[in-house]
Amino acid sequence: MSAPLLVAEGLHRSFGETVALVDAALRIDEGEVVAVLGSSGSGKSTLLHCLAGIVRPDRGRVVFDGRDLVTMSDAQRSALRREQFGFVFQFGQLVPELTCLENVALPLRLARVPRREAEQRAGQWLERLEVTEVADKRPGEVSGGQGQRVAVARALVTRPRVIFADEPTGALDSLNGERVMRLLTEAARDSGAAVVLVTHEARVAAYSDREVVVRDGRTRNLEVAA
Amino acid sequence: MSIGQTFLGLLEATPRHGYDIKRRYDEHFGHSRPVAYGQVYATLSRLLRGGLVEVEAVEPGEGPDRKRYAITEAGVADVAQWLARPEQPEPYLQSVLYTKVVLALLTGREAAELLDVQRAEHLRLMRELTRRKRGGDLAEQLICDHALFHLEADLRWLELTTARLDELAARVRA
Repeated sequence: MSAPLLVAEGLHRSFGETVALVDAALRIDEGEVVAVLGSSGSGKSTLLHCLAGIVRPDRGRVVFDGRDLVTMSDAQRSALRREQFGFVFQFGQLVPELTCLENVALPLRLARVPRREAEQRAGQWLERLEVTEVADKRPGEVSGGQGQRVAVARALVTRPRVIFADEPTGALDSLNGERVMRLLTEAARDSGAAVVLVTHEARVAAYSDREVVVRDGRTRNLEVAA
Repeated sequence: MSIGQTFLGLLEATPRHGYDIKRRYDEHFGHSRPVAYGQVYATLSRLLRGGLVEVEAVEPGEGPDRKRYAITEAGVADVAQWLARPEQPEPYLQSVLYTKVVLALLTGREAAELLDVQRAEHLRLMRELTRRKRGGDLAEQLICDHALFHLEADLRWLELTTARLDELAARVRA
C-alpha cells in the first residue's frame, strides 16, 4: 500500500474542560473523498481543524506528505495551508469588497501570480463551477448556491492537494446543495485533489468514497469502500 | 404501484398494442424492474373483463393477431379517481431495525455497533444511487432522489437512536 497523503494518529484535543477529540485517527489517500460524519458537538470540525493545521492537537501527530504539522512553526503551517490546502466553509468566506472573480483570483495574487494571469485562471475555474455569470458581482449580490460555487472555485484555483470542506452545503436548499457537491467532487477528482468533507447530512456524505464517523471525540472507521 | 391504473393512464392518450404498452411502461416506470409480458397480458385481460378497456381493432400479423386496446369511459373515470386519491402514508411502525436494537440491548450485545454497521450499509447504497443519478436523465434522477430521501430518513433515525441508546437501554432492561 502506498503512503497516505494525510494521516492523523492518536489525536487528543480539549478546550478548557471540554474534551473535543480522544485518540482520533484518520488517513486519506491521494485523490480520495472522505466524509467525516457526526452529530453537532461530536468533534468532527475540531478533527478537520487539526488535519488542516488550523488547530494544534494537545497530543498525537498529523502527517501530510511525510511532514508532521504538529511540530511545524506557525509560519510553516500557514505556508502549507496556502500552498497545499483549499478550504470551503458553510458561509462568510468570500471577501465582500471584491468581485467574485477577484475573490477566486485572491489566493493566486497572494502567491504573487500576476493579476492578468491570476484572473484568467480564476475565470476558468468559475467556468468549471458553472458560475461565470457572477464574475463581476460582489458576494452580497449573488445567491447562496452561486456564492458556494465561487468559494469552491477559490479553494481549487491553486490546485491544492487537499480540500477541506466543512458543511459546504449547510446553508443551501437540496437542489443547490446537490449541485455544489456534484461540482466540488467532480472538479476535485479531475484535478487529483483529496477532499475531507465534514457533514452531518447523509446525502452530502453519499458523494464521498468512504466515511469516518466521529462520536464523542472518537473516530470510528468501518472501512466500507465504495 | 397499481399496474392496471398505470396502463389505463398510458391508454388514455392513445390506443396501443400490448407490446407498445409494455415499452412505454418500462420507459417511464420500469427503471430497475421492467414489467413481464405475462403480467401485461394478464392485466389487460382483467381490465377488459372489468369494462375499463376494449379491443379497438384486431390486426393480422406474422404471428398471432395483434389486438389494439382503447380505454373506455369507465376506464377514464377509474384513472381520474385513482389520481385524485391521496396515497396512504406508510409509517413503518414495525421497524426491523428498532426490533434489532431492542433485542441487542436485551441480550447485552453492542447496539451501537449494530447501528454503525447499518449506517455503513445505508451509505453504501446511497453512494450507489448518487452515482446512478450522475449518469441518469431527469426521470432517473428523480427516482433515485426518492430512494435517497427515504434512506436519509432512516439514517436520521439511526443517529437519533444512537444518541439515545443509554436511555433506551435503561428502559428496556427495567
